[in-house]
Amino acid sequence: MNMNDLFTSVRSLFTPTYDWIPTSKNTNTTTDDTFSLRFSGKLLLQSEIPLEPSTFTHLVSINYLTPVIAIEKTPWGHRCRRCGVHKKRMLAFMPCAKCGKTHLYCRNCIEMGRITSCEPLYYWTGPLPSWTKQVKACQWQGELSRYQQTASEQIVTTMKRGNDELLVWAVCGAGKTEMLFDGIGKSIEEGKRVCLATPRTDVVREILPRFRSAFPDTDISGLYGGSEDKDGTGQLVISTTHQLFRFAHAFDIVIIDEIDAFPFHSDPSLIFAANRAAKPDAARIYLTATPRQKQRQRVESKKLNAVFVPVRFHGHPLPVPTLQMDFQLKSSLKKYNPPKTFFTWYKNRSNPKRQLLIFVPTIKLAEEMVETLSFSLNLTENNPIYHVHASDSNREERVQQFRDKEFSILITTTILERGVTFPSVDVVVIDAGHSVFDEAALVQIAGRAGRSPNDPTGEVIFFHEGKTNAIVQAVKSINLMNKRGGKL
Amino acid sequence: MYCLWCDQEVIPQLSWTNLLLPERTRNICESCENGFLLLNGKHCLKCSRLSDETICSDCVKWENDPTWQGVLSFNQSVYSYNPMLRDVVTKWKYRGDYLLRDIFQYTFKDVFDDRFVKWEKEAIIVPIPLSEERMLERGFNQAESLAQLLKLPYQKPLSRVHGEKQSKKTRKERIDSKNPFEIKVQVSHPVILIDDIYTTGMTLRHAAKLLKNQGCPEVFAFTLARG
Ligand SMILES: [Zn+2]
Ligand SMILES: [Zn+2]
Ligand SMILES: [Zn+2]
Ligand SMILES: [Zn+2]
Repeated sequence: MNMNDLFTSVRSLFTPTYDWIPTSKNTNTTTDDTFSLRFSGKLLLQSEIPLEPSTFTHLVSINYLTPVIAIEKTPWGHRCRRCGVHKKRMLAFMPCAKCGKTHLYCRNCIEMGRITSCEPLYYWTGPLPSWTKQVKACQWQGELSRYQQTASEQIVTTMKRGNDELLVWAVCGAGKTEMLFDGIGKSIEEGKRVCLATPRTDVVREILPRFRSAFPDTDISGLYGGSEDKDGTGQLVISTTHQLFRFAHAFDIVIIDEIDAFPFHSDPSLIFAANRAAKPDAARIYLTATPRQKQRQRVESKKLNAVFVPVRFHGHPLPVPTLQMDFQLKSSLKKYNPPKTFFTWYKNRSNPKRQLLIFVPTIKLAEEMVETLSFSLNLTENNPIYHVHASDSNREERVQQFRDKEFSILITTTILERGVTFPSVDVVVIDAGHSVFDEAALVQIAGRAGRSPNDPTGEVIFFHEGKTNAIVQAVKSINLMNKRGGKL
Repeated sequence: MYCLWCDQEVIPQLSWTNLLLPERTRNICESCENGFLLLNGKHCLKCSRLSDETICSDCVKWENDPTWQGVLSFNQSVYSYNPMLRDVVTKWKYRGDYLLRDIFQYTFKDVFDDRFVKWEKEAIIVPIPLSEERMLERGFNQAESLAQLLKLPYQKPLSRVHGEKQSKKTRKERIDSKNPFEIKVQVSHPVILIDDIYTTGMTLRHAAKLLKNQGCPEVFAFTLARG
């Protein structure tokens, strides 16, 4: 199997190769292990290697650090080897005072330090680090459900075999972290290096402590924008996908969480980096609750192994969205009001004690509806409504306050569609027919309800002005998963 | 064409500008362009700062100080140093995204030609230099690359010995600081200094003073933004 033939969603005109990454030839282990820990599997500019110039020069001279050209020539142009970009407009010319020539630099990954034609990237080709041997890496004591167990076993097999991939199609709230424990534990025991990459910083922060307590003797790194750990020297690296830009042929196991998610789905650079971070014979595990069409096709045509986890860890079925048509939706929204039918539903909802999570299509609407809804519901200052969106600086804080039940209604854009869990909420989508709500988004949004075993049946209601294909498909796919779960 | 700032596709529109000047293709989208604030309103005639007074309090202070009186005839800036311009300049100058300069290519030249029409023939254009150390670090000098947008000859009579790290100093510290420039060649024509940002005006005045001490009759400044 072609190792680059993995992310079909971006398999366009070409597939990048990674055969330019040097292999480690040195077996001599007399040097200090700290260098190999710090630099192995990394692709770095000299400015990212904080060593005394003499130490640096020495490591280069003994071939422990090997320079590689940072911008490669391809038959159709050029490509940045750090971020994989090859679009002409992202590789621009600049006059360079360092070398006196006018040459290319990469605009795409410039925030991480400028990649230019005249400066190499360095790859560690010295001795590889040896991890502490462990007999029983995973100390987690919990129990898996029947479905989790099946998935876990397949994950173990794929990881053991290597050079293979597996799609884990698990509903929102299936308990995917626990399914990974056994496989990761066994890989750690075999001395393999493991990476779990997720598109969201929140998720890294949430699962990191869970991994630390499950793997108390394993060297674990948590990498995300602003994390204390910058080096990522651990045997187990839990990282945002963005942090993979400095890794190359580093991991025996690469697990990619939410393979269908923005921005992983839409940014080919992240796919390039994730592929490069994996060793050529790595095992790759993809996790998703809502696979994209391309991934489903590959599963259906048996090109991609898959395992289904159709039931949540607490055993209850997924809440199926109720669709509510409202002909006046657009005119209500013009005044930033929720539709009339929303209020009818609100007065009659089955459990008014639940918090309410309202999804709206735009930031503007989220902002304005705080006012109009507070007014319509006659809420006092003691009972405020808040909103969050992507460029909100205190988003985390608000989400935490909502989780702590400090207020009862949160209005949000699709930014909270995944990753976040609240124990007991009703979920409302206003203008569910809007183009920002694609099938995956709607399934994920519906998946916010009923997460806790104590209240596994939150209401999900989509207000719309006419069913879109996305709405129909989302409901269909939720029903299908429930049916599959019922049968198993 | 894609917007140099947000990378959205820019759909070319037929307008008088591109009908008359067909080489002027838009390289920034309308919504990004609207983020910049051209200094069209009431501003200080000496330093371009938005101000109701013809000479702002800052400039009054400069002109009352015998050391600096008349050293710089005036500074003309193109934009206000608002958050949008600050973000662009940060990425351009500090991250080193050289191409971003082209966002300003036409406006920078237009404002210059308009303001300096009287002096353009006679005056010499001089970009504020970077120290060698900083030059090697960044790869290019932002002031010089701006000067190149003017499509006029320019000269480099000055060199910088130290001290680009002005931003962390207080106004007093900056004024008291030593002249960071050295002069390599005398200039006997009026000089138009080019720089990216006019913040306190200290750097430009240091350069101007040195030039004037060595026989330059008059010094002006033309900067991308007024901080
Ligand atoms: Zn790049
Ligand atoms: Zn160079
Ligand atoms: Zn733009
Ligand atoms: Zn002034």
